[in-house]
Amino acid sequence: MADSDNLTLNFGPQHPAAHGVLRLIMEMDGEVVHRIDPHVGLLHRGTEKLAETKPYNHSIGYMDRLDYISMMCCEHAYVLAIEKLLDVQPPIRAQYIRVMFDEITRILNHLLWLGCHGLDIGAMALFLYCFREREDLMDCYEAVSGSRMHATYYRPGGVYRDLPEEMPKYKANRFISKSKVKKLNYNREGTLLDFIADFTERFPSKVDEYEALLTDNRIWKQRTVNIGVVEPERAIELGFTGPMLRGSGVEWDLRRKEPYEVYDLLDFKIPIGLNGDCYDRYLVRVEEMRQSNLIIQQCVAWLNKNPGPVIIEDNKLTPPKRALMKHDMESLIYHFKLFSEGYSVPEGEIYCPVESPKGEFGVYIVSDGANKPYRLKVRAPSFAHLAAINEMVKGHMLADVVSVLGTLDLVFGELDR
Amino acid sequence: MVNKKYEQLNDLIDQYLNSFEIVKTNDGTSITLELKKDDLIEICSLLKNTEALNFSMLIDVCGIDYLHYGVGDWETTKATASGYSRAVQQNTIIPDPDEKYQEKRFAVIYHLLSIDKNWRIRLKTFTGSENPPIVQSVTGIWNSADWFEREAFDLFGIYFDGHPDLRRILTDYGFIGHPFRKDFPLAGNLEVFHDDLEQKVKYRPVSITTRPTVPKVIRKKKNS
Repeated sequence: MADSDNLTLNFGPQHPAAHGVLRLIMEMDGEVVHRIDPHVGLLHRGTEKLAETKPYNHSIGYMDRLDYISMMCCEHAYVLAIEKLLDVQPPIRAQYIRVMFDEITRILNHLLWLGCHGLDIGAMALFLYCFREREDLMDCYEAVSGSRMHATYYRPGGVYRDLPEEMPKYKANRFISKSKVKKLNYNREGTLLDFIADFTERFPSKVDEYEALLTDNRIWKQRTVNIGVVEPERAIELGFTGPMLRGSGVEWDLRRKEPYEVYDLLDFKIPIGLNGDCYDRYLVRVEEMRQSNLIIQQCVAWLNKNPGPVIIEDNKLTPPKRALMKHDMESLIYHFKLFSEGYSVPEGEIYCPVESPKGEFGVYIVSDGANKPYRLKVRAPSFAHLAAINEMVKGHMLADVVSVLGTLDLVFGELDR
Repeated sequence: MVNKKYEQLNDLIDQYLNSFEIVKTNDGTSITLELKKDDLIEICSLLKNTEALNFSMLIDVCGIDYLHYGVGDWETTKATASGYSRAVQQNTIIPDPDEKYQEKRFAVIYHLLSIDKNWRIRLKTFTGSENPPIVQSVTGIWNSADWFEREAFDLFGIYFDGHPDLRRILTDYGFIGHPFRKDFPLAGNLEVFHDDLEQKVKYRPVSITTRPTVPKVIRKKKNS
């Protein structure tokens, strides 16, 4: 037989399985991948440079737009870093709210990941089920911040406002009858916490449904078992964090190892995989959803019992009450200074990581004592994960590239920044 | 709990790295080592391979440009006649290839993590006055450094000697300049547009000026 050269194949940048804008240059020998060279940066917006030209609080919204699947976790890292530089501690209720929304975010992220990963591999129905549950969680985001995705809810010193007393309800119109609306609103009669509590009761059975579709599914296993295996030593060497590292059997979770906020008061387990293949990472993420559900339940129980302030009352850092501003000169001055100049952060540098659903999301801030960060660096977990794709797919078939891309859980907002 | 851990690490650093010229800052919850760039590789492999320290993971590498460090935007000693236009930045800067940098302009920062010991450390090394700025690559020690170093090269123009594949990573194909340097304008130098006559995408100098809406102000805490 005549020797044939390797075929160079271009994948993306616009491709549904690329999960955004990713371009892969693949060197193929028939169906087998020899080398992959990912071209990233197509979504590079210079977030870090933009943040360096704005007061601290203006950039909280940018953090949502980094990992736009796990919005509040990104905010969390940024806000925590500023708090540590300022040496302030948010009220305990704010900490519980943040943890609750971090876990809601984790479920949001894993649901989207599961749906899209399934869709890539060919499980269409799952995608629709996952988005059904996501809808409820998006409503929680909306109820608390007014926005379904880019919440900008966390602030240095706490959260923007307390949890709302009532959930927004569906209203009847000429397409939806009154009786239908009543059915839709059955769990929206109480507070937001009641709504979340109702969700956490329903959710485990929904996870069972997903698992019934996938866990023992022959096609699912053929597509994921022994695909993209990473040994634990290699996972550490390659800078893997989060489910990618735990899937390889390394028990490492910042919520447990370097507890921030109130994670050390909560009870949860850390699932790990055994073989480090795509299937194990799937199992890890599914179990994480169940654990997150438990954490949310604990937070809801605590928050129901303990009212209190949700943001510190230091007017150099947080805005004064609106009513106070109308007759108190000091408050008016603080308000003006805060919204025109912002607050100055003491000189120093800090690296603050949180366990985002994708792995270790860290924010490194260098401050020179100004009202803007001198240097902001975002450590995105996906960045290290995608860098390893060449090693993970070498020798696999072309179709497995899609499995591996799915298992990496990439979001280009944070990868390209 | 946390403090105790870092006290122990502090002692270990003193014990293992006493032969190097390093500046150590320890604020109780994190340790920063500022080291000379010639010692970088030796110190890194020591940190990774010493059983007692065991920094098995490189979390992050990033560049930093100290050009405007500690300089406020609107610092004036007397009243000026020009008002808001003081804030407008419009000059395009074309880097001078023969320019010599200040000794402490560019730095590379490494964040290390030990999974077994559960502690972190930050290394910082200045690149000196060389143009282009250059440091040794640590890809041979931690494989995860590969893309992080490419990023620092792309955004700051810092070269990493010994890196296997030092290409741009985040910016456009054919991009000129290093956008995260402090003398690179925020709005960039070139903008893309579609030329209707020639029916193709072309570049031209940017047509917008950057107007910072909030000036950078440095406020020192009063000694009380």
